[in-house]
Amino acid sequence: MTDDHTPAAPEGGGPGADDLVAAIGRLEDDARVRVAAAGSADELRAVESDVLGKRSGFNGLRKRLGGLDAESRRTVGKVLHAATEAVGAAVIERRAVLEAAQRTEQLLDERLDLTEVLPGRPAGHLHLVTQAIQELEDVFVGMGFTVAEGPEVETDWNNFGALNFPPWHPARDMYDTLYVDFGGPGSTVLRTHTSPVQVRVMSGGPPPYYSVMPGRVFRSDTADATHMPVFHQIEGLVVDRDITFADLAGTIDAFTKAYFGGDFTSRLRPSYFPFTEPSAEFDIQRPDGTWLELGGCGMVHPDVLRNCGIDPDEWQGFAFGFGIDRLAAARHGVDDLRDLFTNDIRFLTQF
Amino acid sequence: MKVLLSWLRDFAPIEGDPVALGEALSDLGMAVEQMDLLGAGLDGIVVARVLATRPHPDADKVQLVDVDTGDGQTTQIVCGAFNMAAGDLVPLATVGTVMPGGLEIGRRKVRGEWSNGMLCSPRELGLGDDHGGIQILPAGLAVGADLVEAMGIQADVLYDLEINPNRPDAMSVAGVARDLAARLGVPFTLPEPAIEEVAASRLGSVSVEVEAPDLCGRFTARVLTGVTVGESDPAIARRLTLLGMRPINSLVDVSNYVMLELGQPSHPYDLAKVPGGGLRVRRARPGETLVTLDEVERRFTADDLLICDAHDRAIGIAGIMGGADTEIDAGTSDVLLEMAWFLPIAIAKTSRRLRLRSEASARFEKGTDPEVIDLAHRRFAELVAGSGSRLEAGTVDVRGDLPDRRPVTVRTGRLNRLLGTDLTGGEVAALLEPIGFASTVEGDPAATDGRVAVTVPPWRYDSATEIDVVEEVARHHGYTKIGTHLPPAAHAGRLSERQLERRRLRSLLVGRGLSEALPLPFLAPGDLARSGLPDDGIAIANPLVAEESILRTSLLPGLVRALATNAARRNTGVGLWEIGHVFRRPADEAAELPDEREMLGVALGGRDAAAAVHEWRAVAEVLAVTGVDVRNEPVPGLHPTRSARLVGPDGAPAGAVGEVDPAVLDAHGLGERVGWLEVDLDTVAGLARDPHTYREVSVYPSSDIDLAFEVDESVPAGDVEAALRGAAGDRLAALALFDVYRGPGIAEGRRSLAYTLRLDAPDHTLTDDEVAAVRRTCIAAVEERFPATLRG
Repeated sequence: MTDDHTPAAPEGGGPGADDLVAAIGRLEDDARVRVAAAGSADELRAVESDVLGKRSGFNGLRKRLGGLDAESRRTVGKVLHAATEAVGAAVIERRAVLEAAQRTEQLLDERLDLTEVLPGRPAGHLHLVTQAIQELEDVFVGMGFTVAEGPEVETDWNNFGALNFPPWHPARDMYDTLYVDFGGPGSTVLRTHTSPVQVRVMSGGPPPYYSVMPGRVFRSDTADATHMPVFHQIEGLVVDRDITFADLAGTIDAFTKAYFGGDFTSRLRPSYFPFTEPSAEFDIQRPDGTWLELGGCGMVHPDVLRNCGIDPDEWQGFAFGFGIDRLAAARHGVDDLRDLFTNDIRFLTQF
Repeated sequence: MKVLLSWLRDFAPIEGDPVALGEALSDLGMAVEQMDLLGAGLDGIVVARVLATRPHPDADKVQLVDVDTGDGQTTQIVCGAFNMAAGDLVPLATVGTVMPGGLEIGRRKVRGEWSNGMLCSPRELGLGDDHGGIQILPAGLAVGADLVEAMGIQADVLYDLEINPNRPDAMSVAGVARDLAARLGVPFTLPEPAIEEVAASRLGSVSVEVEAPDLCGRFTARVLTGVTVGESDPAIARRLTLLGMRPINSLVDVSNYVMLELGQPSHPYDLAKVPGGGLRVRRARPGETLVTLDEVERRFTADDLLICDAHDRAIGIAGIMGGADTEIDAGTSDVLLEMAWFLPIAIAKTSRRLRLRSEASARFEKGTDPEVIDLAHRRFAELVAGSGSRLEAGTVDVRGDLPDRRPVTVRTGRLNRLLGTDLTGGEVAALLEPIGFASTVEGDPAATDGRVAVTVPPWRYDSATEIDVVEEVARHHGYTKIGTHLPPAAHAGRLSERQLERRRLRSLLVGRGLSEALPLPFLAPGDLARSGLPDDGIAIANPLVAEESILRTSLLPGLVRALATNAARRNTGVGLWEIGHVFRRPADEAAELPDEREMLGVALGGRDAAAAVHEWRAVAEVLAVTGVDVRNEPVPGLHPTRSARLVGPDGAPAGAVGEVDPAVLDAHGLGERVGWLEVDLDTVAGLARDPHTYREVSVYPSSDIDLAFEVDESVPAGDVEAALRGAAGDRLAALALFDVYRGPGIAEGRRSLAYTLRLDAPDHTLTDDEVAAVRRTCIAAVEERFPATLRG
């Protein structure tokens, strides 16, 4: 409320003008009291209608303006206008106050302690090993590889024969093979490595090949903290016209940096596998200088290429492979591999 | 294979830091698994005399030992070994000594008694493997003297090397020395034994007959006379012990020593015990038996090679183990010494079939050196000469089929193209010569694309082809020197559609709050029956344990067991899934492999069949399969009245959904319902997919109609829904079942199904007439097709 809105004594008011001005003043005072007393938006709406609507006192007085002379009509009209404007402003002001109060009340009503919420459905978790496989696949896809797959129960030929392991070859001792009671005796195995997928890739169409083969493999091992009869491997196969041992070393090193980190390095040491020659073990060196034996690799043996119908004088390449479970377990401080296969929900949801 | 640095030095002047030498060995492909510095770290260990032993007043497993350390005082030690007596000399690690393993000896109290040092076992001193008691020192040493000085202990390095199957040469100390000397660029020599031979007297009566020249490439026999069998020379015993062989007697020990040193196994027979003085080498007769040295009766097949006496009685298994009857004993004086070369694969076969391994068989099956035999005989004689034995001149030497040793042509250009190197013919030859691969460069030795003719030495049975020689060049050039390079990257890497789809499924399932499990794919006999499934799993022929002897035909047993494990650990309401392979008998009996399929299994602990249907709908949406029906019918393993098959067009079996059979839950001790979904991903891969062609989103207001039908229980709601979809046609934007009601007001054997249909058109607001027309069509479709009526 400002002074401008205070009804002033009309100047040169004619007969009755003063009365009217006084009445306007009373009406305004009364209206202000009622507006201020309105306790809710609904009440305020009713008050507004009463004091400013068609049937309001102001409207009644307005009809009486016609009885005044022109001078008075103008003067009183101004006063009347100022009064209704002032009351209108008071209504708006009161409405804002009431709305603010109502909002405050509503907000208090709706108050929620966001730390007292009951549990909802939690997120599910991918198995630690699957996470590792997907990450490895992504790294190799980024390096230009496709992902090849094959069955877990394999022929002896795909698992051993094509890979240069004749029957009774001492190198078969490197694998404790589980044989499957299917077909002729010894003809069917649970694959001991994912290399039979390489045989399938190479037998399935002409080079070049740039593929990795992740998958589940089997050994006749008693389950303990560091061995499982079932585990996972990823192998890689590159065959093209000019792929060298240096390309193998370079690929292993690029992978090491992409997967483990730029400050890791790798090295190759001579080793033996029937299906590669020269063969190597590859180790990776952690930034702290310690070494980890990771896997095996080498140039695909000419006999293996021949077994798959590929001319080794035209095509050459390399293969590599390593276990996934121990790597994944070590990353998360899991020191017993059996935990990976127990499927305790308290284990599964930690990763 | 263990080797001692001092033994390697018998063949080459190998010098350098033991760690660096170990790295050189590893870099040559003989990975050092362990390295022990012998005789190092023994400062502070002195010779002490045991004065008395007394029981510990408060402990049974240790005793109190009073020793004199040379100062005339009595020093009390608490000791866990009981093998010493008063007067014995023993090694004492005095207070302050740091043991080879890093342990610092302090003065400490053990159960209230002071121990002023530690008495040491041979292993603690790095002098042997024995850890059963305290090392008792030879009498006569000065009490209080430094142990290293008093015993004349030489510092040495023991390497334990991992030898690959393609390195027969590295199965001997000399062979390791040859390889290492080549890498270090120092000369390698095999010393000629200093032995004088005597005129033959017994050799003339020795006959050798080889009936299987294909399996026995060379068989030699020599005679030693005047042999005395006793304890070995301590130097020989020490080396054998350190390399992991137990000393037995002077003759057996020398046989083992020569095998470790030169890689040639030998068999000394007591000539007096060999009837007829002759040996025959022949294949076994099926069923023939022999009691071997280890007192086990062995039974043979026609693939096994036997050594027999002149009367054709088996006295040994060729290359693997001798018989008990002809064993050397203290009374032996004349020895028939056999050294031979056997076909590696034959030894490997017999050894595996009999499950009988020996140091000899480990060497024969990799391929021994047929030419080192002459040296090995003389080396044997040299080592036993000290006891007065004499080597008779002459050798009975029968040759059978030995490996062909034609020169191998190495194309230098191919070698460089494989390795990514730039080696010249001369460089290739220079790498090969020191390891005995005689090399002749054809043409210009500076050319990188010429030819080198290489003769593989007899000690490399594994090496026969160009690629084998390339590997030797790479190995001695050094893998790390070859460098790194990346293949050309002009090929696109990507996941296949199937692989991407599998990833989408995984994301969906974890997003729905379900965690991935990884059960083993093996089952125990009876597991399938316990899960209500046909007991027709394919067996593993050689399982380690019965619990892992059957291949799973379904993911159900593994996932239900996983839920049971969780429930037993007080975690119920667990939802798990797995994408994995199952193995079934193929319909085609001639199939080469089992019917192996990739399946999705979802097990919802504490939830019912309806929840499983929700999972299926989400999975179906992600897989975008169309036309797969949920067909109510019993499914083995599932609740008979709460199960359905998922059937694709043309009846393709796409999976099953429902709840696990209560009987199966009981059998697994599970007290909660388990919702179940399995999807055959291989079948689904062959089904038509919704190509997800865009259906325009209407901007005009849609209209909803609700329709409730009273439908006979025999009619699946899915059929009603399908009829409504068909009838509503293009106008249908969405359809949902929103209420099912049975009870008062509905006839017995019927239920009310209430659907809400949202209708729209892409180009206008549907008129009331249009909506009414769709409504009529829908009602008519349901009422005409099924025992169903619209509810008022």
